[in-house]
Amino acid sequence: MSFPSWTLLSQSVLSGVFAGALYGLLGLGLGLSWGLLRTINLAHFAFAFLSAYICYQLAAVSHVDPLLTLVGIVPLMFALGAGLHWLTDRFRLTPFSSLLLTFGCMGIVESLMQTLWTADPRKLESHYAEMKFRLGPLYLPIPEVLTLLLAVAITVAVWAVLRFTDLGKALRASAEDAPVAAAFGINQRRNGFLLAGTCSAIAGIAGVCLALSSSISPSQMYAWVGVVFAAVMLGGLGSALGPLVAGIVIGVSEAVTMAVTSPSWAPLVSFTLLILILLLRPGRIR
Amino acid sequence: MNARRVPAGIVAAGLLMGALPFLKLPAFYESFLYLALFWIVLATSWNILSGYAGYFSFGHGAFFGAGVYTSATLAAKFNWPFLWTLPMAALVAAAIGVGVGAVVFRVRGVRGEVFALLTLAVTFVLATIVGNTPIDGGPGVYLNAVPVPKLGPSPTSSLYLMMLAAAVVTLLASWAIRHSRFGAGLFAIHDDEDAAEVMGVPTYRWKLAALAVSCALAGLAGGIHALFISYVTTAETFNLTVPLTVVLMSILGGTRHWAGPAIGAVAITCLLFAFTGGEYAVLGKGVIGLILVIGILFMPEGVMGKLRRKGIGSLSEGAARPHLHPHPNPLPQAGEGVRQPASEVLLRVNGLSKSFRGLKALSNVSLEVRKGEILGLLGPNGSGKSTFINVVSGHYLPNGGEVWLDGRNIAGLPAHEIARAGIARTYQIPRPFAQMSVLDNVAVAAMYAGRGLPSLDAGRREAMQWLEFTHLAGKAQSLPGELNLHQRKFLELARALASRPKLVLLDEVLCGLTPTEIQSAVEQIRRIRDQGTTIVFVEHVMDAVMALTDRLVVFDQGSMLAEGAPRDVMQSPAVMSAYLGVAHA
Repeated sequence: MSFPSWTLLSQSVLSGVFAGALYGLLGLGLGLSWGLLRTINLAHFAFAFLSAYICYQLAAVSHVDPLLTLVGIVPLMFALGAGLHWLTDRFRLTPFSSLLLTFGCMGIVESLMQTLWTADPRKLESHYAEMKFRLGPLYLPIPEVLTLLLAVAITVAVWAVLRFTDLGKALRASAEDAPVAAAFGINQRRNGFLLAGTCSAIAGIAGVCLALSSSISPSQMYAWVGVVFAAVMLGGLGSALGPLVAGIVIGVSEAVTMAVTSPSWAPLVSFTLLILILLLRPGRIR
Repeated sequence: MNARRVPAGIVAAGLLMGALPFLKLPAFYESFLYLALFWIVLATSWNILSGYAGYFSFGHGAFFGAGVYTSATLAAKFNWPFLWTLPMAALVAAAIGVGVGAVVFRVRGVRGEVFALLTLAVTFVLATIVGNTPIDGGPGVYLNAVPVPKLGPSPTSSLYLMMLAAAVVTLLASWAIRHSRFGAGLFAIHDDEDAAEVMGVPTYRWKLAALAVSCALAGLAGGIHALFISYVTTAETFNLTVPLTVVLMSILGGTRHWAGPAIGAVAITCLLFAFTGGEYAVLGKGVIGLILVIGILFMPEGVMGKLRRKGIGSLSEGAARPHLHPHPNPLPQAGEGVRQPASEVLLRVNGLSKSFRGLKALSNVSLEVRKGEILGLLGPNGSGKSTFINVVSGHYLPNGGEVWLDGRNIAGLPAHEIARAGIARTYQIPRPFAQMSVLDNVAVAAMYAGRGLPSLDAGRREAMQWLEFTHLAGKAQSLPGELNLHQRKFLELARALASRPKLVLLDEVLCGLTPTEIQSAVEQIRRIRDQGTTIVFVEHVMDAVMALTDRLVVFDQGSMLAEGAPRDVMQSPAVMSAYLGVAHA
């Protein structure tokens, strides 16, 4: 183990921030549906990867601008998320059953993606990937910068909605005590569909970011589950800002670990952080 | 009586299947049967923690993988005889499981979902460690050169026989635990962990023990499987196929039955077999997902759960039903011994405090409970009565102070140890174990709290007496959900009494009952005291309080306002102003 140079280290920290932005973007919807709807949605990852593949298909084969695909992907994912919410709502699933149900959905989507796009990794070559600019000795790839900007913008927007609008207050009230909230005239059905749809739409955006910045294969989505859940649990369930902050902390720790030791040790970082937090601040996770 | 028939049946089936390889079947059948047995072991072992105690683990792949790599390493790199590696595989898997559990179960907040996700993480952590160290190092481990122990006519049949033995052991373990005191404790944890702890179940140790057994069996299967596949890699070992499949199999078969996961395992193995080969493998994954979705939505209790609902598969429930011969009433009849409230102190509380983030629920409370008395605990809502009960029974840790029971300071002990020391409590809102029969609800307390009973049969016999005492004997085999509020309150009472405690803390047992029901409950409480049990009685129904109690203690805003004989206390100005407000005259 040798200590890397400052430039290399700063570049690692920067790439960690970029990776963390994607963790945060994926974790945002996951944490919101867990905290506010009591649905632990593993299909969130399937939705993100499905969006990544759709983006790949449209951009690489039909030559649509990757960012334009969002116009179709966002409503589609919104509908899928709302549909899934209809199921969990209709059958009154406990958080645990929802976890198992969406685990099943993940398998179905994986099988679908593997049939359509094979198990081989696919990489979208877009003109965004060639654009890059330099900041002193540091190198900034455009797709990653875009991901970071989107993550920050969406996170702040969701935070503001939850904190300042009536809708946000209604959602938080329903999460705390659903019967009482209903007694005060909150339309929980509508809010639930809205929130579930929005969470999945955010997963769709994360999927497009994923397609822009890295190669994708169907089975890869399982590798994201652990890290993103770590970010959600560190950040706090139902919190809007938490997952992004925690995601960036994890991303940077991973990147520094990779620079100092070897890339294959990275998966240990997030779980070590998670277990440390669990032991030191058990009240953090509900 | 099928208490002996089931294990005998498992062994007999094992022996019969053990004869198969000597009939010279094509190797194809042996591989198929091997796979079915392999999944039976994995699903059944998973179920011992996750089905019985309700802690769903997604980390079964990690524990299985620990077994795979232990056997592979010992056999291929250290040239151990293969059979000797198997106990090590089980041991290493169990050790890793206990290590993980010791950390995770210690955190109070970690319940179902968080546990599931943490165990999922363990899989990837273990894969990273194995892949980055000389255990594997990347290229995988070959076992081609490892000789297969000669148990049957061919190597395949030897592997089949090994897995068959593992399956027999696993099913026997699953059956035995299901019908034991230990198993009843696990089911209580499944339904309501806090209540289980209060009934004296050592929840932390029991979860660890169940995890250890579960991991050891998975490790054993992993060890055998290492030789079967003969080339092990981290990617093939530590993935989500194992946890996904075992969860599916167990859910499909039914997690509350010892044979449920095995039935699911056979069904899914047959199904997977139909999808083997090329194109179909991909489809198989989707079909498994679809079955999981449909199972969760339409059959959350699984095949065995469905069957039991219809009364066909009731063998396990009925198996150990106690013989109903008339028992003498456990309590001496009222008036048998004229009771003199002794002045001897049973429970002494010194300076007890409890606060929740600055809110002082109890501040510096000191009181005594004397042997054989009924002490009434009064106070307006939010005055700290329930907190007092929660702290004394160990549900909350006190912030300060001492609680002496018979010369032993029990403040800060885990709730199950306080239950064993002889303090029982009821919950204001009854918290029965929802999926256990009324009889078993009481049997758990009889087996674990107080001095405890060593076996499930003894526990059920004792429980039956208390059900008769509380007029619930006719409902012994019902589920608590079928009882009305009055009966559920009496079930709480029966659970508290079944451990024959020194001190019972009754938290508003009369609340919500009709006047006639109150009448009969008051009689019941008198009979409990007449037997020599000391009672702390928290109640708002003043008639009952005045009729029953020997002394009163009044709480207001977390501290003691008054103490003494009921009439004197109720007429003291401080109590009147706390209850009725200050007179402005």
